[in-house]
Amino acid sequence: MTTPLNLTRPASAGSPETATLRSPAASIPPKEKTFLSQLASSFAMFRNPKSLTGLVILGVFVAVALLGDVLAPYGALEKDFTALRQAPSWAHLLGTTHMGEDILSQIIYGTRGVLIVGFLAGIIGTAIAVVMGVVAGYTRGWRSESLSAITNVFLVIPGLPLIIIVASQFENPPLILIAAVLAATGWAWGARVLRAQTMSLRNRDFIQAARANGEPLHRIILVEMLPNLMAIIASSFVGTVTAAVLGLTTLAFIGVIPITNLNWGTILFWAQQNGAFPDFWWWYIPAGLCIAILGVALSLINFGIDEYVNPRLRSAGERARAMKKKGLDINETMTIVRTMTKTSTPSKQEGPK
Amino acid sequence: MKIPVRFIASRSAFYLFTAFAAITINFFLPRMMAGDPVTAYMQRNAGQITPEAERSLRILFGLDQDSSVWEQYSDYWQLLFSGDLGRSFSNGLAPVGDVISSALPWTLGLVGIATIVSFVLGTATGALIGWRRGSKADVIVPISTFFSTVPYFWLGLIAIAVFSSTLGWFPASHAYDKGSSPEFTADFIGQVIAHGALPAITIVIASLGGWILGMRNMMLTVLDEDYITVAQAKGMPNRRVLWNYAARNAMLPQLSSFALSIGFIVGGTIVMEMVFSYPGIGKLLLDATTAKDYPLMQGVFLIITMAVLCANILADVAYAILDPRTRQTEA
Repeated sequence: MTTPLNLTRPASAGSPETATLRSPAASIPPKEKTFLSQLASSFAMFRNPKSLTGLVILGVFVAVALLGDVLAPYGALEKDFTALRQAPSWAHLLGTTHMGEDILSQIIYGTRGVLIVGFLAGIIGTAIAVVMGVVAGYTRGWRSESLSAITNVFLVIPGLPLIIIVASQFENPPLILIAAVLAATGWAWGARVLRAQTMSLRNRDFIQAARANGEPLHRIILVEMLPNLMAIIASSFVGTVTAAVLGLTTLAFIGVIPITNLNWGTILFWAQQNGAFPDFWWWYIPAGLCIAILGVALSLINFGIDEYVNPRLRSAGERARAMKKKGLDINETMTIVRTMTKTSTPSKQEGPK
Repeated sequence: MKIPVRFIASRSAFYLFTAFAAITINFFLPRMMAGDPVTAYMQRNAGQITPEAERSLRILFGLDQDSSVWEQYSDYWQLLFSGDLGRSFSNGLAPVGDVISSALPWTLGLVGIATIVSFVLGTATGALIGWRRGSKADVIVPISTFFSTVPYFWLGLIAIAVFSSTLGWFPASHAYDKGSSPEFTADFIGQVIAHGALPAITIVIASLGGWILGMRNMMLTVLDEDYITVAQAKGMPNRRVLWNYAARNAMLPQLSSFALSIGFIVGGTIVMEMVFSYPGIGKLLLDATTAKDYPLMQGVFLIITMAVLCANILADVAYAILDPRTRQTEA
């Protein structure tokens, strides 16, 4: 291969594709498949700046939850009646409550409650979504239709009122029950997206080939399909966790789940019950910010996955910026073609003009 | 225009099925409860309930031990069709229907207007950001995402703390001033607007992010399509390409996610009403849960679900008008 033919442009310099000539891919020897490289490739959807930022923030919260006992300066409900409603100081970095409890410690211990319920709900919800979505997408006829009808019903029925009613029936609902209820109202969106993707995969050549080879159904679904659905499954997991975190803190704030399960919503519940608004800002600002930051981190992970699934989302911005650098506006297509042919150097224009 | 019979029929079947499922869930909810609320209530109000009212309560709660579940279920449907949602414990045994209909207009007005404003504003902003891709306008996306991941109630509380308690620009709670009663005068309407402004603005800010992001992502996908290039190559003005070609097609998924996210929005606004002490459906539901007023809880859930279904039907109609393909599935 001579160099001019290997005209692979730098990825960012997007421009009309007429000038590109691609060499056959055979020149690059296929990489050897090892277990590690396969594992790495199944996490490819996270390998972009947005997802990584989100994952790092999430990692910090997970570390705080795991190391809570070491990090928290006081016990979560340890009362110090000599320091009531104190503003932040060196002794209490985020101040104290009306009972003299240290708010920083409450937030650190609260992280645990939020993450446990969030992840449990995410796991349960994603499991339901995968089963319902993939089966509804792979099968045809009444099975597919009825599963998708059930999914749509769950999408339409308002979740939070239902959770409030169900949770209020229990005196002291255990964490797993709260997570299960949050999952039961949060799986439907993922199932819908998975069904659509499975339906489009079902007719691809490699699935047809696997079926023609006589591969059993469970192998087609587990080995052929699931790896291609991983990005969407991950995104539906993250989405369910986000919704569960918001749902949990909202429920705790309303006071329908017991205050013994400490989380950020409980802190806000106590703050509102004891007149913290608007004067004792240290009582309610940090807890709300934690919810928002965790939410942003989870959304960032999903932004990255979205760009992985739909490359147009990423390339559109990059192409527009690259053209702007050359003094062009991406929305003025008419001028682009003319200017490109004039300004480009002859050595790089091998393609048809 | 040809009437899309098949489209209407399949959607109607779906809505009937969902309504049926919601009513059935509603029927079984109190049957999962521990204890016997009717007996507890009777003890508290000995001698004030007529035997007919007691029987009606027992049917609603499934405590009618003499009859089978199936009989109870059909009784429940009969009660619903006669418009009887039971009686509310916490409102002096007033009919649930009356209690709800006094709260419903407030929620419909506030949440309805705020949601539509947010949808229109968010979709238009998303279309513009998508069109000016790669420009500085992209910053709006992370900012609005931040506001949409913040819990509604927290945003509401902060808004009250800043704009009502500290600055005193807006009243902090209720739908109108204390001492006045609903009437059609300029003064009263002014009060309603003043009291509704802060909750409405908070709902708009909190829900805007989703619409912006969804529309922007769809625009980026649509702008890559060949028909956009063709339209531009024809020399069509950019304004027309943007709104009539790109935005119109990118709108379609927005509409279906509008339909599906209404339930979620309603959930968020329930808490909003609690924070602002707004006399709507959400506050009614929360008061009912605190008072363990099961008939009212059931009735409110039923009404919320029906409202969400109605909004879905409207979104479906809009979709069918915008997308000729849904109307042409007959062929």
